[in-house]
Amino acid sequence: MFADYTWAELGSIFAMQGFSGLILFSVLLLMALGLAIIFGQMGVINMAHGEFMILGAYITYLTSNLFSTYLPDLFGIYFFIAIIFAFIGTFLLGALVEWSLIRHLYKRPLDTLLATWGLSLILQQLYRTVFGPREVGVTLPDWMMGSFAVSEMIEVPVNGMIVMVITLFITVGVFLFLQKSRKGKQSRAVVQNRAMAGAVGIDTARVDRFTFALGCGIAGIAGATFTMIGSTGPTSGQLYIVDTFLVVVFGGAASLLGTIASAFSISQAQSIMEFFLSGSMAKVLTLLTVIVILMLRPQGLFSLKVRR
Amino acid sequence: MVQTKLRSLAPKNDVISFLILAAILLVALPVLFDIFRLNLIGKYLTFAFVALGLVLSWGLGGILSLGQGIFFGLGGYAMAMFLKLEASSPENTQIQSTPGIPDFMDWNQLTELPWFWEPFHSFGFTVFAIFALPALFAYIIGAAMFKRRVGGVYFAIITQAIAAILTILIIGQQGFTGGVNGITDLRTLHGWDIRTDSAKYVLYFVNVVLLLITLVAAQYIRKSKLGRLLVAMRDSEDRVRFSGYDVSNFKIFIFCIAGIFSSIGGAMFTLQVGFMSPSLIGIVPSIEMVIFAAVGGNLSIFGAIYGALIVNWAKTILSESYPELWLFAMGALFIAVVLAFPKGLAGIYESHVQPWVDKKLKAIQKKKAEK
Repeated sequence: MFADYTWAELGSIFAMQGFSGLILFSVLLLMALGLAIIFGQMGVINMAHGEFMILGAYITYLTSNLFSTYLPDLFGIYFFIAIIFAFIGTFLLGALVEWSLIRHLYKRPLDTLLATWGLSLILQQLYRTVFGPREVGVTLPDWMMGSFAVSEMIEVPVNGMIVMVITLFITVGVFLFLQKSRKGKQSRAVVQNRAMAGAVGIDTARVDRFTFALGCGIAGIAGATFTMIGSTGPTSGQLYIVDTFLVVVFGGAASLLGTIASAFSISQAQSIMEFFLSGSMAKVLTLLTVIVILMLRPQGLFSLKVRR
Repeated sequence: MVQTKLRSLAPKNDVISFLILAAILLVALPVLFDIFRLNLIGKYLTFAFVALGLVLSWGLGGILSLGQGIFFGLGGYAMAMFLKLEASSPENTQIQSTPGIPDFMDWNQLTELPWFWEPFHSFGFTVFAIFALPALFAYIIGAAMFKRRVGGVYFAIITQAIAAILTILIIGQQGFTGGVNGITDLRTLHGWDIRTDSAKYVLYFVNVVLLLITLVAAQYIRKSKLGRLLVAMRDSEDRVRFSGYDVSNFKIFIFCIAGIFSSIGGAMFTLQVGFMSPSLIGIVPSIEMVIFAAVGGNLSIFGAIYGALIVNWAKTILSESYPELWLFAMGALFIAVVLAFPKGLAGIYESHVQPWVDKKLKAIQKKKAEK
């Protein structure tokens, strides 16, 4: 299948596909970061994660409408404000969900799956009632559109670059937060040994709520970011959920580094195969490979050596 | 000796429940409803096969599969392929550029039947495939997972991913599978028109009888040593392993059984409803199938059947009259089952209705004794 192309063309193809793979990588990583905290750290299966992303996207859509109607002068920067709104909105909803639902189910992980699936159905219908069944898209300010040409055959879209920068920023932020800040250390302590953490005076219930809400907030940021590259409908969230879980599981649930590595390998495989096969076959092959590797290495790419 | 064994297999309560269920399905429902509604109920009951399998694997064995749609689809597609080949005989498909192959293949510029369609000309092979395909598939998945001690949450997520893969594959390979429309326009079974009302009556009763046989099989498994081992494994896998049992083989076995049950349901679905499509086997329907079992009570084989009936019935009624309410109701149902009654309808029955029934029965017996 390579015979039809010259070496220069092949090089460009790999560069282009590699680059679109990088964008896909950022998307997958953003989606998976929130889940890596909720599922990887807390062990809660949040099937409504996709719906939290969609909430972030809808908040961005509302913000962009708000700016274009009332503050057209500031439209160029609305996106950054929308991200903050999206974070706050999903964070608050996450805290509410943890308080009303999740905290009763920490000992029954499979049941969190059913309960959050129910939540996701309710949220989907809520979006449909409020925003209508059709997909909505946002208008991007001029400076976010277009692309610059690197060479004759290679073009880099600006919005893809922005997605990558945001992902980098959030990933580093989450990493620093969990490793260095007091709250992050507390949440890791609670995850590793709840009884002991409680004994040294950490309010475990509060830390749980904060950790869950933080994961949801990051999902909201992811959703806000995705408005740059696609439109949003009430059921878009379901499209993400399997990919996101596979990324987290493949990486090794408790390891942030693993999440990054698995998002990278999955996205590159998918994007390079996509050029030579149809999109759906590329996806099938990628997912199959992931599953086969998971069967050989059930604990994922990077597993922490913890005594249980 | 035989009698005591029989009694342990079929305790009095279970026999009564079985007779009540059989009376409802075989007598009451056909008398009460016209053939249109009865056909709908038959469709709901095909999901009861899946729910029954889930009670065994999830309730008893603690193995939650979010991919039962895969097996439902294997059975359904096997049956649909046989019926489709019968419906696309060369005489029926004269107007196509290649007569004798299913219409969707013709639309997708296929000129001959793909090799894996060939065996489905034979009804015997089709029936064999309805049992063998899910068993084989479940064995591969189960062996690969349980031998490596993958379980619980991870198993659920991976089965879900497999359901996603299968759906993408079916939709993507339109020429071989009928794509997103599925396999439609099925007409006859051995020349017997399955679209007539009388055929639908017959199929309904065949479905119910099969379901009752499956129920007996499930009860047998539940009461056998295997069933007790499964419960022990669910509660403490390591202890059973240290007692010298190969835990993974039991899990694989029960997962295969659940797959076969679902596949029978899928085949009956195709026969009664007249089509099979990827919209019935993906992630969303697979999770809905779990809720049928959960609403009925994931420990009760009778609950599974009532759960599938009631949830589907509610879905039909609600989505007919209040389409926007349905998803809210379904979502609330998921949450309520998990938070408020984890043992489902069967749990409510056991804790509230049964003591009352027992008391009444005792009172009657006492009166008789006094006389």
